[in-house]
Amino acid sequence: MTLNDYLYYIILPVLAFSILLIFYRFVKGPSIVDKIIALDLLITTGIGLIAVYSIVNGRSTFIDTAMILALIAFLSTVAFSYYIEKRNRKK
Amino acid sequence: MSSIIIVILTTLGALFVLLAAIGMIRMPDTYLRISVTTKAATLGVGLLLISAAIYFNDLSTTSRALVIILFVLLTAPVSAHLIGRASYFMGVKLWDKSVMDDLRGKYQKKDHVLKSKTDNTPGDNIDHSHLNSDDEDDLVK
Repeated sequence: MTLNDYLYYIILPVLAFSILLIFYRFVKGPSIVDKIIALDLLITTGIGLIAVYSIVNGRSTFIDTAMILALIAFLSTVAFSYYIEKRNRKK
Repeated sequence: MSSIIIVILTTLGALFVLLAAIGMIRMPDTYLRISVTTKAATLGVGLLLISAAIYFNDLSTTSRALVIILFVLLTAPVSAHLIGRASYFMGVKLWDKSVMDDLRGKYQKKDHVLKSKTDNTPGDNIDHSHLNSDDEDDLVK
């Protein structure tokens, strides 16, 4: 079993399965905060998936996308929490 | 030699990401879910990125991977703190088996400022006592 086979048949399915589990919490989540946390974790898992995918394909350009995703995850979480807190302050 | 290191690192990283996903499903409480997101997933993604850096063995890729790891390590606690604070003001309920709420009476609804003195005015405080009965099916028993 080569390294590519191991990554393609074992590591990538495990990451995809964990994305499915997180997506279940994203759809179901009782409060909006759960959905935001699930979205954050989805993007973070996506960064790991991109890292493994770039090894499988042998192209290091995909890592740039992972950097942008990390930026977007932080910005979206900060913006969501800011507006949730603001909405609750008004009441 | 480097492929063995890559196999070990990616296995550990995928395992930690999977544990974070399982914790996202199994944890009974929003605050516990926040703690899952910040620790396990950060470690798992860091290991996966390090394995990518070892595979390419290249200065530009390594520096990019290290920058992403540094960024994730810096921003995960900050975003977890912000979202935890927002959910506390939103009145997200604690788990009904939680032993104590350390912030009880210290965060008031009006000014959103942390005080060290406990103030138990019932109108100003936010109720986190336990989950409602209609949320009970979300509890993992």
